[in-house]
Amino acid sequence: MHTLEIRDLHVALTESPDKPIVKGFSLTIKTGEVHAIMGPNGTGKSTLSKAIAGHPDYAITSGDVLIDGKSILEMEPDERARAGLFLAFQYPSEIPGVSIANFLRAAVQARLAEGEELDATGYYKKLYSKMDLLKIDRKFTSRSVNEGFSGGEKKRCEILQMAMLEPTFALMDETDSGLDIDALKIVAEGVSAMRGDKLGVMLITHYQRLLDHIVPDFVHVMYDGRIVKSGDKSLAFELEAKGYDWVKNELVTA
Amino acid sequence: MADTDTLPPADDTAVNPVGGIDQAVGNFQYDVNYEFDAGTGLTEDTVRYISSVKKEAPWILEFRLKALQTFLDKPMPTHWATKDLENIDFSKIRYYLSQGQKPKRTWDEVPDDIKQTFERLGIPEQERKFLAGVEAQFDSEAAYSNIKDIVAKQGVIFCNSTEALREHPEIFKKFFGKVIPTGDNKFSALNSAVFSGGSFIYVPPGVKVAQPLQAYFRINAENFGQFERTLIIADEGSEVVYMEGCTAPKFSTSTLHSAVVELVALKGAKIQYITVQNWANNVFNLVTKRGVAHEDAEIKWIDCNIGSRLTMKYPGVVLKGKRARGEVISIALANDGQHQDTGAKMIHAADDTTSVIVAKSISVGQGRSTYRGQVHIPKHLKGCKNNTECDALLINTNSRTDTYPAITVRGDTHAVQHEASVSKVSEEQIFYMQQRGLTEAQAMSLAVNGFVNDLVRQFPMEYSVELKRLIDLEMEGSVG
Ligand SMILES: Nc1ncnc2c1ncn2[C@@H]1O[C@H](COP(=O)(O)OP(=O)(O)OP(=O)(O)O)[C@@H](O)[C@H]1O
Ligand SMILES: [Mg+2]
Repeated sequence: MHTLEIRDLHVALTESPDKPIVKGFSLTIKTGEVHAIMGPNGTGKSTLSKAIAGHPDYAITSGDVLIDGKSILEMEPDERARAGLFLAFQYPSEIPGVSIANFLRAAVQARLAEGEELDATGYYKKLYSKMDLLKIDRKFTSRSVNEGFSGGEKKRCEILQMAMLEPTFALMDETDSGLDIDALKIVAEGVSAMRGDKLGVMLITHYQRLLDHIVPDFVHVMYDGRIVKSGDKSLAFELEAKGYDWVKNELVTA
Repeated sequence: MADTDTLPPADDTAVNPVGGIDQAVGNFQYDVNYEFDAGTGLTEDTVRYISSVKKEAPWILEFRLKALQTFLDKPMPTHWATKDLENIDFSKIRYYLSQGQKPKRTWDEVPDDIKQTFERLGIPEQERKFLAGVEAQFDSEAAYSNIKDIVAKQGVIFCNSTEALREHPEIFKKFFGKVIPTGDNKFSALNSAVFSGGSFIYVPPGVKVAQPLQAYFRINAENFGQFERTLIIADEGSEVVYMEGCTAPKFSTSTLHSAVVELVALKGAKIQYITVQNWANNVFNLVTKRGVAHEDAEIKWIDCNIGSRLTMKYPGVVLKGKRARGEVISIALANDGQHQDTGAKMIHAADDTTSVIVAKSISVGQGRSTYRGQVHIPKHLKGCKNNTECDALLINTNSRTDTYPAITVRGDTHAVQHEASVSKVSEEQIFYMQQRGLTEAQAMSLAVNGFVNDLVRQFPMEYSVELKRLIDLEMEGSVG
């Protein structure tokens, strides 16, 4: 078992470190667990996930992030990735001219020991089987990463990458947004297939419906930069019924 | 769309066969005893010395001396080009260094000190693997020159300019200096005065040379100027692919490389000229390249410029015969401390001629790229086409890129298209790739490779692999 521990994390923009966005976020995720994070727009969910992944725009002003008790904050983004951290972006970047096949291949190669050569046949076999699972047309392998992709295609491509790179911890930032009903099911099935005691997931979403397909072990409500309420999946239903004002009011009265 | 990516490339893990162009591999020097040395600085005596050791005919000496005068008379083109040119000290350069004027036909005969250089650069190995002939120039003269029997039997001539002047004077003289006159620019004049080495190729009518011919230009000496002169004549209906690679060790003082390359594609002939050069950071690389395409002929320049302190190079095609076709594909990578001033020239001189220019430049850090294009279609012609595409990629905010396209089109039956774009590799893209486990250098390299990918696909396999690796190395060096 592995753990990802987010300890009293404070995050601000690198350029204005005195204006915190994430304000004391704490959460421990173990492999085998799925934690859903819900919270209103602008509350800092994406900021949190990008800061954990090491995005240079964000400064961690206090707190710590540890994998198996070891802080990852001194590590470069790529080292964190190779240490098992995966971020499925809310807004994935386009990489013109770089095919999905070559991109993923480089990413897989980057995880091999120095001097170790990638087994090309095995790689393509795996790539195709994951694509079949996610019902992605094989033609996509020769398309440039995310370039000209529809919103839903981009999200599916994120999941494909996750499936290929087999992270220990996945931070999934609104992977469901932009997906049609069928695609949502396919993606959810894909994630569920990866679920197991080798993977811990932080699932950021606005909608209960994703949680019908990927049933979370825990649901946390994030508000104003930190977790204000935690529970099991029933919390998601409650939230959907009552809205965030309910949480806000509880906070005020508390 | 090509589906090539969906298949595992067959030769994918093969050892790179053109590793010699790698500057890291190329950064070494052996002590060589030069038997022939024109000394330092440039005077009439220098020119006379070069001509005499080559035992040249009087007309060549005369040609050289006239060129020297033209060179001295012409001002530096700093009114449009960079002032950095003023930093070339012509009096400190050595204009001719060699161990002899006759290249060897087998590697065994090549003197050890020179042979080990080319072995280290992997040239003999490449020759065995995929080339129809090789000429390996070491400073001023070819140390080795050979053409496979099967190609020679077809009547193909492949030798260096020194030899060509001696053994094929009639054909050499007929075309030499006709495509690029001495006075074309200051550096073509310089080359015309002190030229040595370079390739001479003649392909007889209808002969299609199956494998590429390759020349490798190696600068070994410090403060040296290399002035090779290449002349390629493809007779009617023939086809040839020529590739050149260049390296030099890193010296603290500047080195000058100033070549002149003339191509003649007679009726229906095809010439493809591929350059992948990777000069050290102290090299001034000022090269004039032009071809004349006769009726239904085709000339294609593929020009990849990596390294050097300053490169100024604008390969051109004069479309002299009806339906002639000219193409320039240019890739320039300007890293910190480098200025790539590159582009293309297309001179339409007959009806229904077509020219295509695709120029891609990449500027990294303080690197600077300049594109200069010239397309000329005069009024009396009909049905000419030009397509110019000019794309710049910037990696980090200090990079600089300038574009000077000059398209003069007169007459109304022509189709001219010009597209230009500037894009940036954003921090967001780099982060995205890093998040997938790639280092910053790998991410940048992938972005650059993606940018040039559509062009590189057209290259011979060996060269696309090499270019990719050179880009990797450049990016490796550019992150602190
Ligand atoms: N790079 C940035 N520059 C300026 N402001 C930023 C930046 N990143 C985040 N912010 C601000 O920080 C706050 C939190 O943004 P964040 O994207 O983390 O919210 P979120 O919870 O993911 O919202 P959503 O549900 O809409 O995705 C917002 O007010 C946002 O405008
Ligand atoms: Mg968000």
